[in-house]
Amino acid sequence: MSGSDVSTGRPAAPKSSPRWHAHLGAVPIIVVFFALIGVYIGFAPEVFLRWPIYNSFLVTIPPMLVLSLGLTLVVAAGEIDLSFPAVIALSGFLFAFCADKLHLPWLGLAAALGGGALVGVINGWLVAALGIPSIIITIGTSFFWSGVATVLSGGLSYALNDLTGTVIARVFSGTLLGVPVEALWAVAVAVLIWAILNRHRFGEHLLFIGDSREVARVVGINTVRERVRLFTLMGALAGFASFLMTVANLSYFSTQGQGLLLSALAAVFIGGSSVFGGSATVVGSFFGAMIIGMLDAGIVATGVSGFWVEVIVGLVFVAAVVLHTGLGDPARVKALQRRLMQRE
Amino acid sequence: MGSPGYPIAESRGGTPEGHAALHSDWSDIVRAEKLCVEFGKVRALDNIDLAIGRNEIVGLIGDNGAGKSTLIKALTGVVRPSSGRLYIRDEPVDLYNYSVRRAHSLKFETVYQEKSLGEKQPLWRNFFVGRQIVNRFGFINVREQRRIANEILQRQLGFRGVGIDADSTVAKLSGGERQGIAIGRAMHFDSDLIILDEPTTALAISEVQKVLDFVRSIKRSGRAAIYIEHNLAHVHALADRLVVLDRGRIVANIRPGEMTLEDLTRFLIDLQHGTPATGGHA
Repeated sequence: MSGSDVSTGRPAAPKSSPRWHAHLGAVPIIVVFFALIGVYIGFAPEVFLRWPIYNSFLVTIPPMLVLSLGLTLVVAAGEIDLSFPAVIALSGFLFAFCADKLHLPWLGLAAALGGGALVGVINGWLVAALGIPSIIITIGTSFFWSGVATVLSGGLSYALNDLTGTVIARVFSGTLLGVPVEALWAVAVAVLIWAILNRHRFGEHLLFIGDSREVARVVGINTVRERVRLFTLMGALAGFASFLMTVANLSYFSTQGQGLLLSALAAVFIGGSSVFGGSATVVGSFFGAMIIGMLDAGIVATGVSGFWVEVIVGLVFVAAVVLHTGLGDPARVKALQRRLMQRE
Repeated sequence: MGSPGYPIAESRGGTPEGHAALHSDWSDIVRAEKLCVEFGKVRALDNIDLAIGRNEIVGLIGDNGAGKSTLIKALTGVVRPSSGRLYIRDEPVDLYNYSVRRAHSLKFETVYQEKSLGEKQPLWRNFFVGRQIVNRFGFINVREQRRIANEILQRQLGFRGVGIDADSTVAKLSGGERQGIAIGRAMHFDSDLIILDEPTTALAISEVQKVLDFVRSIKRSGRAAIYIEHNLAHVHALADRLVVLDRGRIVANIRPGEMTLEDLTRFLIDLQHGTPATGGHA
């Protein structure tokens, strides 16, 4: 567009409309992703030019990916959910209990999803109906539900080796044409979340709520109901992530979600979703999760000490958020420049 | 029988041109009776009696905190009145079930100052949000929304060739353009009552002119409007009637012909200084 056809009277050709604009948000992250793979291959070709490392990524990344996808919607609505590690503890226990003690793994799946959704409903209600900021209330519910999981499990872990070879294990943790199925499930969830955010009425409502709750109310969006739904969906997705993890490991332990809090959130913001709400990119979160999930192995394989992993994640996170904020809002950069100039 | 088919009591409105179902027999698009709104112990609106004719442009004026915004929020379902009655097209409204969505379906549309568009969202979303074109699973027909949005932009609003299309985000628009989008949205959904909340505040003079033209087009198309405005010159020139609010009450009903701009200004200043208002003027 760039206004080249001003006053020629020619109707603006719809084909020239900048639809790629909408997807531009995810382009830098995709470039970074492939550049990183290039770096890994450069430093450790014997590892990164072979399939097994990618195969293990496709097993380890999906749970975090599912979490990041759910969080993308949460962030789009200008909210945050810090309670998903607790859901992972709780839902994992519910599944493990049903599978191990009751020998009803499918009921366990339903319980994992339902338990997560229940946590989500309560979060959503506290946030939307009572108006408590989500960053505060989900800290509280996180303590509560991980405590409940510990109490219920008695702090014990479950070995679920009996599931080996069962239908549920093959459907959610086998391989299909050589590809780990959990990766396919994660991709399916990604497509679903993309469609919800970009094509569904619900996703649009979340974007407007994140943009401005006042505007959302004025245009007739039920901001309470939609946010309760949002947190419910997030809870169910965390339950699903927990289930995938438990089935893949064939074991449950009550601390299994704890390492994921920061990395799943980092994936979303590295991916380019706005920290202020109102704009979010599912494609960005997808590649953000892959980058985070591969960083550990990648850094170690390149010969740098594993101690550096978190330093690098931190750097990437801050750099990415600063860049995305600058790209998304040039006015903010100008204001910063002006302030720096005045200093001198 | 002379001139059959004409509405008998077309007293308030001007001359509707084709819109607003002439055959139906309502006379007021909205009418409030003894409407009160309370926020905790504060009574924001006190026994409001107000009727808006079907093709009437009513200017709503009053000081900050006089209750102008609360009044339009009550009329459009954003705020629930604590007591009183509301009639839409002469039909009583169940206040308990009244909502923005319900007001939309009754063809009411509000253009809030700075607050009716999602900044980061493209125009095709902003035109349809709350009333999306969806299939039965709730998925939006983006292609259709985009097409209609572009059509409104070019045909109705004359945004052709200014580098704005359905994919532009609101953040890129000037203040006048934003008001234009919001008014264009109201017209597209065939609203019978368009409510404008200080649409010209903080706009450049050339932009103000655009907005006033948009408001005139509301009148021409046979619709009604409630127009909240700080700048008395703007309302005085446009409105069929001026309603003055002060501390939650209606203190005057004025036709611009009855009062010059100077008289009106003096009247409002006196009001501010606490001179007892004489109530329903003239």
